[in-house]
Amino acid sequence: MSLASQLRVTRDSFTLDLDLDVPDGEVVGLLGPNGSGKSTALRCLAGLSPLAQGRVQIGDTIVEDASRSTYLPPERRSVGYVFQDYLLFPHMSVADNVAFGLRARGVDKRTARSRAGEWLERLDIADLADRKPRQLSGGQAQRAALARALVTVPDLLLLDEPLAALDAATRASVRALMRSHLADFGGAVVLVTHDPIDAMVLADRVVVLEDGRAVQSGSPADVAQRPASNYVAQLVGVNIVRGDALEGAVSLTQGGSVHVADRRISGPVIVAIRPEAISVHRKQPEGSARNAWPGRVTSIESRGDVVRIEVASEPPLAAIVTPGAVASLGLHEGASVWLSVKATDLDAYPT
Amino acid sequence: MSSRRTTPIPVGILAAVGVAFLAIPLVGLLLRTPWSRLPELLSSPVALQALRLSLVCSLSATVIAVAIGVPVAWVLARSAVPGTTFVRALVTLPLVLPPVVGGVALLLAFGRRGLIGQFLYDWFGVQLPFSTAGVIMAEAFVAMPFLVITVEGALRSADPRFDEAAATLGASQWTVLRRVTMPLIAPALLAGTVLAWARALGEFGATITFAGNLPGVTQTMPLAVYAALDGDRDAAIALSLVLLIASLAVLLLLRDRYLRSAPS
Repeated sequence: MSLASQLRVTRDSFTLDLDLDVPDGEVVGLLGPNGSGKSTALRCLAGLSPLAQGRVQIGDTIVEDASRSTYLPPERRSVGYVFQDYLLFPHMSVADNVAFGLRARGVDKRTARSRAGEWLERLDIADLADRKPRQLSGGQAQRAALARALVTVPDLLLLDEPLAALDAATRASVRALMRSHLADFGGAVVLVTHDPIDAMVLADRVVVLEDGRAVQSGSPADVAQRPASNYVAQLVGVNIVRGDALEGAVSLTQGGSVHVADRRISGPVIVAIRPEAISVHRKQPEGSARNAWPGRVTSIESRGDVVRIEVASEPPLAAIVTPGAVASLGLHEGASVWLSVKATDLDAYPT
Repeated sequence: MSSRRTTPIPVGILAAVGVAFLAIPLVGLLLRTPWSRLPELLSSPVALQALRLSLVCSLSATVIAVAIGVPVAWVLARSAVPGTTFVRALVTLPLVLPPVVGGVALLLAFGRRGLIGQFLYDWFGVQLPFSTAGVIMAEAFVAMPFLVITVEGALRSADPRFDEAAATLGASQWTVLRRVTMPLIAPALLAGTVLAWARALGEFGATITFAGNLPGVTQTMPLAVYAALDGDRDAAIALSLVLLIASLAVLLLLRDRYLRSAPS
């Protein structure tokens, strides 16, 4: 286990209460909205913010144990930290930035430079070695920051919103590059993001953090298909409703009911309804769909080559249809419609 | 939109008076400078002594101000020790304090019968007043606040997260200070140093009060100018010219700070 931690921090009305264990070679994506405590968790792991309670073990070293007043400062932890805005030292060249961690740890100048050079080579920015950070594009700065954090071969790599500062086009290419480098990196990785795609692509496991607590943990596919909270459901674009299941019927907390194929599940459940699985009609549908609700269209939004419509039904749902369907059904804001979905397309799981 | 650019007549007149008020004395100095006698005047023993003494004392005072002023600025900007407001008021005070009062205060503290001076004299035989060391102290006393407030401001506006980034890369606090914090505020440090030097170079009130006006020992250029005014007026003008040129050089060096019309 390369990272074992229990993090407890209280600040004003905010409390972070998170247990995070990451074995070597695993990338954990810490996904959560702003203010959920993701960055605080990273700062605690790096030693930039002290813990109120709990402990942090990196590799074989207990770097912090609040109950024993053990605390190693950041410079004595084997941690690489890539900051959201990179924080490359503006007065140093890219090569000196990358060599900094080695020099600070007492490596002689010549060795530090050559090892920094190797990392610049690996990240394909060797030709930028003599540039100053302000002369770099966002993607280049991101690579330099990654090289700087990896050059000391830390046990734990922390990435704070590593792709947030990039434009969409750069993002995709840097994400791919990052994925391959994270795969090569042998240690534990904690990646903080509020972008579900970053988490899905880069992480082996996703931990969803809300209000300082982990509300869900699982593989990216699992979290995307069975979101446990409205926040994640919204992020991944899935409708979820809560209710009590009994023999295939779920009576919803917010009123109404749905039918699911799974007749064995019972008790409090979440039902995930993929927007793609929902059919939209102008009249009450006939046929096999067990679930049908009337409602009024509240918004129509183009999403590339599909259209997302939101319907104030009971429960309120989002559906994804083709632009052709919008035209043939004559959909507009305020139009009254019927939504239907097959019971087999609903996924019910315990809360 | 030219209406926004026209200046109201009373403002224009007063502004012209203001510029003239500041410029005419300097023009007068230049017009009255005995240019042909300049080399002779500036190479007189008294002038050379004053020049040398001014240079030595102002540079020494600047070194002292940097050596102890930067730590003061760092503590004021970055540390959480209580009472920083009070300390800041204290170190800023010499900025507005009449220099002669500073001189009197130095005399009371470091004079032969002063608070600390009596021990210095009794135990070590050290006598600071009326010595070159006294000049350096007086100059450092009035010059240091310029350095402290300039550097403190820069440390405050510098992003402390660069220090955090350096720490995560394994840099000790001292390494962070040396390789990240200070280089990042280098421009402000230079500006503060130059300002402090200029202030030390022009120091008069505290120096004459604490160190006296002894040619070759404590008579720096401003004091020599003052002394020469009574006798050899041309010598006073020549030395004044040197100080004027030094001031212009400082202004030129700090032009980004003071000569730009708007911050970019």
